[in-house]
Amino acid sequence: MTAIAAPQPGPAPRSWALTSETIAARGGLILVASGLFVFLAAPLAALLMRSFEDKAGGFVGLANFAQYFASPAFARSAGNTLWFATLTTLLTVPLAFTFAYAIQRSCVPLKWLWRNIALVPILAPSLLSALSFIYLFGNQGVFKGLLPYFGLTTIYGLPGMVLAMTFSAFPHAVMIMLASLSLSDARLYEAADSMATSEWRKFATITFPGARYGLISAAMVVFTMAVSEFGVPKVIGANYSVLAIDIYKQVIGQQNFQIGAVVGLILLVPALVAFCIDYAVRVRQKALLSARSVPYAPRPSRGRDRAMLAFVLLLSTAMLAVIGMAVLGSFVKVWPYDLSFTLNHYTYGFEEAGVENAYRNSLTMAAWCAVIGAAVTFAGAYWLEKTRGADFLRPVVRLLAMMPMAIPGLVLGIGYILFFNAPWNPLNLLYGTMAILVLSTVVHFYSSSHLTALTALKQLDNEFESVSASLKVPFYKTFWRVTVPVCLPSIIDISRYYFVNAMTTISAVVFLYSPKTMLAAISIVQLDEAGAIGSAAAMASLIVVTSGIVTLLSFAAEGWLLRRTQGWRRSAPVR
Amino acid sequence: MPWHATTEYLAGLERRLTPPLDPALRGVAALATPPPSSMTDTIVPAALRIEGIHKAFGTFVALQSIDLAIHPGELVCFLGPSGCGKTTLLRIIAGLETQTSGRVIQNGRDVSNAPPAARDYGIVFQSYALFPNLTIRENVAYGLVNRRRDRATIEARVAELLTLVGLPSSGPKYPAQLSGGQQQRIALARALATAPSLLLLDEPLSALDAKERDRLRGEIRMLQKRLKVTTIMVTHDQEEALSMADRVVVMNHGVIEQIGTPLDVYERPATPFVADFLGKVNVLKATCVGSGRYRVGSIEIATPTNGIATGEAVRLYLRPEDRLLADSGPVESMPNAFAGTVRHVDFLGTYCLASLDVDGFDGQRMIVYFSLNQTHELGVREGARVAFALRGERVRVFGA
Repeated sequence: MTAIAAPQPGPAPRSWALTSETIAARGGLILVASGLFVFLAAPLAALLMRSFEDKAGGFVGLANFAQYFASPAFARSAGNTLWFATLTTLLTVPLAFTFAYAIQRSCVPLKWLWRNIALVPILAPSLLSALSFIYLFGNQGVFKGLLPYFGLTTIYGLPGMVLAMTFSAFPHAVMIMLASLSLSDARLYEAADSMATSEWRKFATITFPGARYGLISAAMVVFTMAVSEFGVPKVIGANYSVLAIDIYKQVIGQQNFQIGAVVGLILLVPALVAFCIDYAVRVRQKALLSARSVPYAPRPSRGRDRAMLAFVLLLSTAMLAVIGMAVLGSFVKVWPYDLSFTLNHYTYGFEEAGVENAYRNSLTMAAWCAVIGAAVTFAGAYWLEKTRGADFLRPVVRLLAMMPMAIPGLVLGIGYILFFNAPWNPLNLLYGTMAILVLSTVVHFYSSSHLTALTALKQLDNEFESVSASLKVPFYKTFWRVTVPVCLPSIIDISRYYFVNAMTTISAVVFLYSPKTMLAAISIVQLDEAGAIGSAAAMASLIVVTSGIVTLLSFAAEGWLLRRTQGWRRSAPVR
Repeated sequence: MPWHATTEYLAGLERRLTPPLDPALRGVAALATPPPSSMTDTIVPAALRIEGIHKAFGTFVALQSIDLAIHPGELVCFLGPSGCGKTTLLRIIAGLETQTSGRVIQNGRDVSNAPPAARDYGIVFQSYALFPNLTIRENVAYGLVNRRRDRATIEARVAELLTLVGLPSSGPKYPAQLSGGQQQRIALARALATAPSLLLLDEPLSALDAKERDRLRGEIRMLQKRLKVTTIMVTHDQEEALSMADRVVVMNHGVIEQIGTPLDVYERPATPFVADFLGKVNVLKATCVGSGRYRVGSIEIATPTNGIATGEAVRLYLRPEDRLLADSGPVESMPNAFAGTVRHVDFLGTYCLASLDVDGFDGQRMIVYFSLNQTHELGVREGARVAFALRGERVRVFGA
């Protein structure tokens, strides 16, 4: 009997299905890693290498840097870029803070409305606000006469850039501030009240310190956006040169890739610094509140609420006016001289500039991004977080997945040209195709989507995979039957995020489109350069309306889904 | 008879379940009659044998040379404070974690390197881990569907299991519609659905409120006895371990401190850690004066514990209830009779714990247990004098 009971050593039998499961688990991760490597790391490496080469490809060390640093253009552009980004940050962040404060900490009515209006600029390419400011305050602007009251002679150049950029960056800052101000422990305020603390002291000792990390984070995000912004200075910047425009001129105008690469790397510096500060801040903010905190609910206070409502109304009106101006301009014959209605900007205007296929191309690209981006991002995050094996790859994938957030689109775009246009690269058949536009856009917006997917996945019980393994159900079956259905609202969010950004983005794709794959947002630059501001506004309006409709559709889909599945979503499992 | 019972259980599996059992195991089952007299008998083949398991996370050693044999049909609790390695050990048994070295042998089959799905067990987690978007029925059937059973068989099995865990009508509901305790019952049903030969419970009751925990504790134990399924439960709750387990494995800092029946580990703790971790204990500094006598302060306590060199410093471990009081006779004339002054009384419902300044202990306080009735009858209150006799045979002696 003891003989029978003795263990029979030797490898455990493994069925074919198990081996295939292991392959699926590791293979998936390897796939994600190689995808990020080829479409993110390699182009950046190509950019870095090119900055040390001469035109013929010989190694010249830092000669390109020396040449560019010595040029008067560099000092001016670098200074201008920092000044532009600083002013934009100083204007945007206080506005966003106050706006978010009104929504989270006061009793203004119709909060949902203001919240949504604040987010509308996300639907528009940044060029739209630049066009609107030209319509409003430009050479033919209706409110041009108001400029001297603000000490300005013209809207073109720095003033217009800061205003247009503030409009574009505002929703991003507001979202961060809304989240930051929503995190607060009511008991801190109750404790302060019990000690008869003044409103001002409560603000200074509880509210403001609590939002400090959010403020830093918002400032970093706005600063990075402004540093790497290309569209706004292009349209309204006049002769105010910035680094982003320099890159464009070097690469597109003069085909000078090595100097382009140098400027790209310089552009990367402030973006990376801001990213690191933001990252450090986010990590610290996590520890700020415990799970046991009681959410704060504001109580009515007449004076404060009225002041806040006035502020919110003013800003919301301004934002709608900016969008409305572009839409209005697109339907008017000759602003402001002939205000009669016309559709010509949408028809002849596009044809004349040869961009009649741009809108359709953008739709196609955005749709592909929505589908492929959501699938790749979600599956990638799942493989990263929920499978086992090939563990040495995980930190690498984690780092690569967060990198796009720190990489300005222009830099990514040049990297793509250098890497995918290289004659030795078998992937160079991608160059000039729709595929490369989709790939670059997915990579460009990967980080935020990745974070959304991670958040959704972290809400799932960690043991689902363990349970299915014990029941001998392969992990991919559980992925389809449980993970995807539970996370579907987040997957729709990711899809929408990709779609809207693909519709509005310029920075990476401006280097990668071909005449056949001209995109709507890029065509705005072209139409504006050709002096067809009406058609430029028309294209911008088309983008806003399309993004808006898709956003509403996705909300409707999510609402329908949540209603249909409320049987099991109704309450979180009791812990 | 546990072994006999296991054979029955396995036969039951055969009838209900599809995947043929390990042939080696069937052979063992056939040979195992007549049932051995005791579970700890060495000739009983272990349902699970763990040999020299070692686990390190970087430089942190989570488990160190763990050896353990688990007999068919018994319920073993891994008990220890958080971070003692008990969950890691369970996860290694489940194949969810890979040991640095050592072997896991299940029913005579070496599964040390087998992936989780190639092992034979069902598992229940603290968090229930029920699939929220699937109904209770679908959750319980989750592992059955994958085995390509026909629908009627699955339906019947699910109904049987839901009845078994006392929730026969919950099939069409979703997990979120059930209470925590009900969800944990469903998780148990799901784990048992495929009739595994081993059931792993990872702190199954820790997420429940006190009442529900007590109820489910009894139910799980009853179910386990009825099905005679070999079970390992991880817990940090000593009451849970003592009340449910056939044997308790007390762990600390990655090593096993003691393996024994609940009574064993409570009454005869093998190490100071076990004595301290289970229940309340008084620790008295003492010196050995020879022939089983130890001096505390200025007086001596007589114990049956010999073999310690005279003059050696030791610590005496004795529980608050290891005393005789005046209500069981004239304590003054008993061996180890002491008297002391009550300094503080903790009222804990049906009993009290009194902190005493014992005459002659030279300031070493001692906690003594009094039932509520004894508290009243003996007049235990702050400042009162109390006489008692220590049960010398219960005193555990450890090196200082």
